[in-house]
Amino acid sequence: MMKELEYPFDAAWILSNRKKIKKSFLMENNNYIEKKVVILGGATTANVVQILDLFLLNNGIKASFYESEFGMYYEEALFPSEELAKFQPDVFYIHTCNRNITKLPHLGDSVEEIEKALAAEKDKYKSIWEKLYSDYGCPIVQNNFEMPLFRLLGNKDVSDPHGAVNYISRLNTALNSYAQEHKDFFICDINYISADYGLKEWSDPFYWYMYKYALNVNAIPTLAFNVANIIKSIFGKNKKGFVLDLDNTLWGGVIGDDGVDNIKLGPETSAGQVYSEFQSYIKAHIQMGIVLSVDSKNDESNALSGLKHPDSVLSPDDFIEIRANWEPKDKNFLEIAGSLNLLPESLVFVDDNPAERHIVSGQIPGVSTPEIGESHQYIINIDRNGYFETTYLSEDDLKRNAMYQENAKRSKAQASFSDYGEYLDSLEMSATIKSFEPIYMARIAQLTNKSNQFNLTTKRYTQGEIEEIACDSNYITLYGKLEDRFGDNGVVALCIGHLIDGVCHIELWLMSCRVLKRDMECAMLDELVEKCRNIGISELRGYYYPTAKNAMVKDFYGNMGFSRISENVEESIWSLSINNQYTNKNKHIQVRVEQ
Amino acid sequence: MKREEIFEKLNEIFRNNFDDDEIELKNETSSADIDDWDSLEQINLVVAIQDAFKVKFNIDEVNAMKNVGEMVDFIIEKVGA
Repeated sequence: MMKELEYPFDAAWILSNRKKIKKSFLMENNNYIEKKVVILGGATTANVVQILDLFLLNNGIKASFYESEFGMYYEEALFPSEELAKFQPDVFYIHTCNRNITKLPHLGDSVEEIEKALAAEKDKYKSIWEKLYSDYGCPIVQNNFEMPLFRLLGNKDVSDPHGAVNYISRLNTALNSYAQEHKDFFICDINYISADYGLKEWSDPFYWYMYKYALNVNAIPTLAFNVANIIKSIFGKNKKGFVLDLDNTLWGGVIGDDGVDNIKLGPETSAGQVYSEFQSYIKAHIQMGIVLSVDSKNDESNALSGLKHPDSVLSPDDFIEIRANWEPKDKNFLEIAGSLNLLPESLVFVDDNPAERHIVSGQIPGVSTPEIGESHQYIINIDRNGYFETTYLSEDDLKRNAMYQENAKRSKAQASFSDYGEYLDSLEMSATIKSFEPIYMARIAQLTNKSNQFNLTTKRYTQGEIEEIACDSNYITLYGKLEDRFGDNGVVALCIGHLIDGVCHIELWLMSCRVLKRDMECAMLDELVEKCRNIGISELRGYYYPTAKNAMVKDFYGNMGFSRISENVEESIWSLSINNQYTNKNKHIQVRVEQ
Repeated sequence: MKREEIFEKLNEIFRNNFDDDEIELKNETSSADIDDWDSLEQINLVVAIQDAFKVKFNIDEVNAMKNVGEMVDFIIEKVGA
């Protein structure tokens, strides 16, 4: 990573040194991924390509470019040149601007005419995108439209259908709808970026009339930076986590010196409010699947007391790794990356102290250590870097990450308890154990077909068979669902008992390996015994059929207090008498059962 | 700012822009003398000059700059030598 290409960058320096920068990238022997980028322009694209190239290199992407002829974005999409047809692009960037809009409304236009023009404009772009999808099937990045530089109707321009502001806003909304419906379509929000930059500067007409640039040449690095962020995100080059300092980063003051009661945090003071907002900003990233860790020079007890401060938005549970000690920060940083199983350069180091940033960026090549400025600037200086630019965000991704975080937290929790029972209690587990219910039938059938290790009989069932058994009075069925303080594990355990002549033959007993060693099997047995007792069953009969994968439950019934009746290579059979001697085995899970 | 100082600074801008340390500007140096100096590079030079000397040119001025000497004249006019 070249520091000069991270936000806040010096656009003029980048522009005038672009050739030197490019050379220095090419001299490094980085592991670049190679991508082919097509730029279809409604304006001059020369500098856009050159600067985009640099920002992509900085994200580990070596791009080759195809540039359309000046202004020919529409023609080249619909009637590709031979060269473009052969280029085999990986991504398109359509660089258009409000000067490319076919017809802005006139005051004399009827509302119908305006609607017609708007529909035609939408159709024009849609025809470009659909054609590109069908010809190349790769992602498309499309500029939306910046606001007009002047407003004929003044403030009414935004609300009146004749206003350019109104018209462009509606066009942008149409682009957004298309993006919502197409997963490979991404908007480069130049409407926001130009506002952020300053529309008057961004749209300085000098650059359009002199060289047909859609924007001020000085703003091109800002644009290219954003386009590069979208492209690197598409190709999986986003950052994955924050590594955060504490003192003067997540709160004001030095907790070891000032004491937890005197740190600046919370609604009472203006300084405290700033840190609260910053903590909220950081915390919001958890929902996006971003992993948080602490790297702080502090005694651990002080660090934790700060995070447990009543006004702390972040709590110790929000972090996967907390390294509060007196080791060098780069050492902690590497250990954090190692234990998260992430590359160091995929983590962003946030520290108010330039010396600490320097040591981390100096010792660990490729790590981003943004210059976060003063406390009230932390958010903008991190946010504008686009570390976590979102392109593909599926519900599955979010869940997978949550699960990952939960597991890391569970194993961390485990490490700090001397007694395993104490650890289990700390998980605050609660289970629901009931007869099969209609809403879970699909999950139950899936479990019987997927579980191999903790599975005594490895009997597979279809959903139809599961549903039949569920309403057959000759069967006892039980599903177990387990929650703990870190989250809901869902349905993780199943039992099916076939009742024949007063004996319950356990045809199926399985459990997901996600919840091994949590005493869930004890809770299941307790409930199975209880069910049997209630209907006068006097014996449980367990069967173990060995497979290549289920050796872990070979002695399961023995461990649960069953006695072995018979054993050969194909099976072992176990028995448990149900009498008043049986005492519940589960001591750590609170169980909800049927009334 | 003296004409020589402006020349020196301009020389630096040109060398950077074309990544060519051999460039020695003279009054009559024009786009015919530097291979890569086309209209697209012209804008980069103008942007760099505006930034370095904290000046703004208008469209007529940029169109009138036929060689380095005329560039320097316009800069002197703006910064007041």
